[in-house]
Amino acid sequence: MSRRYLRYRPGKGAQGGTGGRVAPPCAGGSGGSPPQADTSPRASTALLRTRGLVKVYRADGVTVEALRGVDLELAIGEFVAIMGPSGSGKSTLLHVLGGLEPATSGEIWQRGQRVDGLSTADWAVLRRRHVGFVFQFFNLLSNMTVADNVELPALLAGATPRQARKRREELLAELGIADKAGVAPARLSGGEQQRVALARALANEPGLLLADEPTGNLDSSNTRDVLRLLRRAHAGGQTILMVTHDARVASLADRVINLFDGMVADDAKIMPIPRSANGVADVLELRG
Amino acid sequence: MRQPLLALLAKEPAHGYELKLALEQTFGQAYPSPNIGQIYVTLKRLEQDGLVRSQDVEQTTRPNKRVYELTPAGREALRSWADEPSEGPRVRDDFFIKLILAPMAGLADQMELMNRQRRHYLGIMRNLSQLQADSDPADTPARLLIEGAILHLQADLDWLERCQEELV
Repeated sequence: MSRRYLRYRPGKGAQGGTGGRVAPPCAGGSGGSPPQADTSPRASTALLRTRGLVKVYRADGVTVEALRGVDLELAIGEFVAIMGPSGSGKSTLLHVLGGLEPATSGEIWQRGQRVDGLSTADWAVLRRRHVGFVFQFFNLLSNMTVADNVELPALLAGATPRQARKRREELLAELGIADKAGVAPARLSGGEQQRVALARALANEPGLLLADEPTGNLDSSNTRDVLRLLRRAHAGGQTILMVTHDARVASLADRVINLFDGMVADDAKIMPIPRSANGVADVLELRG
Repeated sequence: MRQPLLALLAKEPAHGYELKLALEQTFGQAYPSPNIGQIYVTLKRLEQDGLVRSQDVEQTTRPNKRVYELTPAGREALRSWADEPSEGPRVRDDFFIKLILAPMAGLADQMELMNRQRRHYLGIMRNLSQLQADSDPADTPARLLIEGAILHLQADLDWLERCQEELV
């Protein structure tokens, strides 16, 4: 089985230019100012960057501050997990970063361009080309076959039916579900549905994969499968930002960001603890 | 080491080296490979305590070997060990005490302590996941042991989250 198709191809996303389909970067707060070049020292490697990101929900006179000034940076090729108690803003952050919900204030930069002020339509174009999404509840289109679910994003992004089909075949084969192409998603197990969702997310070779509790609805064996696939995509260079409450899942990432009360409480690389030669028997010593 | 040896001898009399092999075979990778000297020392103590008895068995081409068997007192000790519920795992006391005392003693910020502990747990979790991926699927004791450790660690992390919610 080829690993080729899970590899991130810098040619696609890293050029800065977006083929003219994405609106020029806009400055959210400073209405109509010319596109800003990202001149920070780490701009060259930062695929995603936020500054002072705030998200406030207001409903019926109640105000909830879901994000209260989040600064983070994600380099190309990194695999980062976001953890934190429920209500800490994890999913909100992912949704705002993917443009599924607008930020209240603050900046979002993707690939050196400011994107927080994009219109809904421009976000849709940006996502289609550069951002893949995987959700806890798969969110597959139930009235379409597996094949159509995976081909749709490529077709929307302007691929020919032939190209879309080829890519779909490659991905489904890679994820071990080639035989499910003609089936309706509802007939698949949770693990299989999530694999289809992953194939769909990777269909346009996005520079960034956003995953919101991708294993949250799976049993442990399906969790292992999906993790194996994420790990493999990461090994192929895919940049991944994943929200999870499962430490097993988070421990596969290079880095873990801990959100608390809408703010980054901790942001650190995971350092494996040095092991002795006893292997599994060491586990006996780990108990508190 | 005492109880495993008693348990193995409950099945049939054996000499020290056979016990070492039996331990390895039973636990797979889930038990540190026992040192033969340690086994002999333990057997000797068990004999002093009246839980096993031994006799030399003559061998034609080799030196005599000492074969151990369980005494009625040994069988009784083994039974009461098996019947007794085992102590549950405890919360990591040292960290807990540190967490509660640190701000009082002006030693460290609680948030900082919890962050450091979480990083440490995640590092261990990473190792366990790796061990799990590398372990032989046929080695059931090893798989169960790793899974148990992972679940304990997950509980430690959940508890850390609770501390964070309560204390910060």
